[in-house]
This record gives sequence, C-alpha cells and structure tokens, in this order.
Amino acid sequence: MTNYLLAIGTRKGLFTATSQDRKTWSIERAPLASDEVYAVGIDTRRATPRLLASSFSNHWGPSVAHSDDLGKSWQEPEQAPVRYPDWTGSALKRVWQLQPGRDGEPEVVWAGTEPGALFRSEDGGVSFELVDGLWNHPQRAKWSPGGGGLCLHTVLPHPTDTQRMTVAVSTGGVYQTTDGGTSWAPSNRGIRADFRPGDEPEFGQCVHKVAMHPDAPDQLFAQNHGGVYRSDDGGRQWASIAEGLPSDFGFPMVAHPHRPGSVYVFPLIGDFDRRPADERARIYRTEDAGASWQALSSGLPQEGFHPAVLRDAMCSDGGTPAGIYFGTRSGAVFASADEGESWYELARYLPDVLSVRAAVLD
Amino acid sequence: MGQVTVRVPGALREFAGGDRLVVVDVPAGEPPSVSAVLDQLSDSHPALERRIRDETGALREHVNVFVGSNNVRDLERLATVIPAGAELIVLPAVSGG
Repeated sequence: MTNYLLAIGTRKGLFTATSQDRKTWSIERAPLASDEVYAVGIDTRRATPRLLASSFSNHWGPSVAHSDDLGKSWQEPEQAPVRYPDWTGSALKRVWQLQPGRDGEPEVVWAGTEPGALFRSEDGGVSFELVDGLWNHPQRAKWSPGGGGLCLHTVLPHPTDTQRMTVAVSTGGVYQTTDGGTSWAPSNRGIRADFRPGDEPEFGQCVHKVAMHPDAPDQLFAQNHGGVYRSDDGGRQWASIAEGLPSDFGFPMVAHPHRPGSVYVFPLIGDFDRRPADERARIYRTEDAGASWQALSSGLPQEGFHPAVLRDAMCSDGGTPAGIYFGTRSGAVFASADEGESWYELARYLPDVLSVRAAVLD
Repeated sequence: MGQVTVRVPGALREFAGGDRLVVVDVPAGEPPSVSAVLDQLSDSHPALERRIRDETGALREHVNVFVGSNNVRDLERLATVIPAGAELIVLPAVSGG
C-alpha cells in the first residue's frame, strides 16, 4: 500500500496530511507551538522517515525540531540546534531551508538560514554546524536583505559529486562550491538585477528559488525577483526562459521528479503587485526546459483569486505520476495527482502557507 | 552560594520541567547581575535561556525581563543588579504578538 505524506508549514504552526490514494486526505495539526514554520523537510533516506521543521516565534526566537513518528511527537535538542558561533557576532533569525543531503550521506542534512548562511548536520538534522567557507566569503558583507530578510533559501547538493553544491541567497545570488564548501564563487552570469543601476553585477541578484533534477545536475532553473532563467552548464551561464509566461516575477521553482527539463512556476504580476495575473490560479509548466510553457488550471479557481504562493510553498511528492502541491497565503492547499493536469483543493482555512514538502512512504 | 528565583511565563514552562519557578545558584558575595543569572540559566536550562537571549547574549526584542516590578530595559538592561530577595520575572512583550 502506498502512503503519501504532505507537511504544511504555516504562519501559525505545522500541519500534516496523509493519504493512500491522493484523493482523500486526513489533516492533523502537529503538536508544535503556533509559530511560523518557514521550512519543512521529509527525510526518506532513513529506515523511519524523519520530519524536520523550523519554527520562528516572534517572542522566543527560532528553533528546529524533528519527528520520527510522522509528526505525532517532536523533539528539540537541549542545546540550540542551529547556533552561529561566537566569532561571527551574529545570531540566528530564521531557518529558511531544511534539505536532506545525498543518498550516500544519510546522516547529512543542510540548513539555509538568516542572516545568510549555510549549516551542515551530521546527525540527521538534530544539530548543525556553520559552513565557515561561505560565511567567510568576502562578498557576503555586501549581500543585502530582500523583503523577507537576508535568507539563504535554496540548498542543492550535487547528487553524485560530494564536492559540489549550489546555494541561493536573497539578496546575494547563486553561489557554488567545487571543493566541499571550503571556497565559494558567485554564479550569476546572465542574470539581470533591475533594482540597481549599472551593468550586470557579479553577485547581488535577487534569486527567489533554484531547482535541479538529480539526473541532469548541470541543468539549473532559477526564478528570480524579475526573471526566469536556465543554465545548461552547471550555473556558469544563465539565459532567460521567461518568454511564454504571463510574468517573469514569482517565487517557487519546482523540478518534476522524473523528467529533467520539466519545471513548475507560479507567476505573479510583478514586484509591486504580487498577485496572480488575471486573478486566476495557474501553475505554469515547461516540458522542454523553458522553450515553451503550458498553463495548468483545471480545477483551480478561475476568477477572484488573489493570493500569492511563496518560494517554498510548492513541491512534488516524487510519486508516479508525480503529485504536485502548492499552498497559498490565504491558507488553501491545492493538489494534483496527475502532474498538474487537474487540481483539487486539499485544504482550506489554514493559516497562510509558508512551506510544503511531500513524499511517498512505502 | 546565593540563589535567585526566576519566574517563568506559561509559554516557556515546558522548558523548565513544567515549573513556574526556577531557582538559580549564584556566587555568594556581590549581588548578581541579570546577565550572571541568565548565564547560570544557560547551563542548567539551555532551551529556556535561549528563548530569552540570543546566542550573542542580547535580550530578545519581544521579551521583557523584570527585576521585581522594574523592566531592566528601564534600568541597566542586562547589567542590572538584582538586590537580595528580588525575583527575576520573564514575560512576553505585547509588541511581539
């Protein structure tokens, strides 16, 4: 029997949804505080899948908790799970990303944080250590916060080369390492930055999300703060693939789990009107690496639809056919069990959705 | 060895073993500062203390700490000295919610 799990991080706590057929779902509120859950992770590499959730309380600050019983109970270590070392003079604001590592490194979990930094866990996401190499990059001092804060929101370990990794920072841009994190270089050539004068900068672009298919790790897709891009050479050069979309502004970028060259986005009108175009809910998908785009809206609201979808509020479950999910700032979650061809409302009246992750549990 | 009582708000009692009060040992002699008490609390109840101060030692923006009835932000902040017999009271600020 196949079981599907969807973790939904919201402005007021975490919810889990489970299903055996991706038609009917059982939704439960996780027994965590009513805090902002910016990042969720489902680590299926373990014998017992582990859920990870970051939380942020306006009063009590940030934390990361994990659950080994599919969200029924949660543990937080006695010592802070993510802590900036004293020598940085900085303090953790939020954890924006919790990314399980490569298959061959089952205890490694990555965390992307605010202020912009990368942390590595070697105990399955219980405790994390700062990756010094990126923190010490001389350009970091010139990164500036986007509207949500100076967040490292995307962590893409190369699927086979343990020395290579791509991260993305708003607003710093895309950075890559080829030596296991010791040194990092900006990787933004071809990406414009409309919010600053002058020529295209080496770094400082406002990237919102980057996606990669593990079978084609040199092909990267980026949704930027104005601009949708693809790189075919591992990030050395980017080119626009925005033609055919109603807008080049948006937040999420999700790779199809089985077909390289297929990604999903949710375009918004623009920087100063962050609502979907034509007041309609439409996911856009490309099957040809951005040469063309198809609007997917069957079953989605076709009028009077205003909420945005945040950068981590769209995901795939990895199933066959692929399930695709997105949550809105109005507290709805929409699901497709057929790769986006048709949709239905999985949940409504939740707090605004900040993050979703889904998995198939055998 | 002296002692200072820390009064824990309801939202944080799960990090104090469910207790409303946590008694912190402090060196005998000079009255301790708020920082010194929180340093001790960091050793005995780290998950509680990090919800009051961040890892740089700064008091979290929307947490108020009182010595008796006085907000330490109106005194010497974390350097405020706690007189003998006074309690340290931690409360969430209304600005945070």
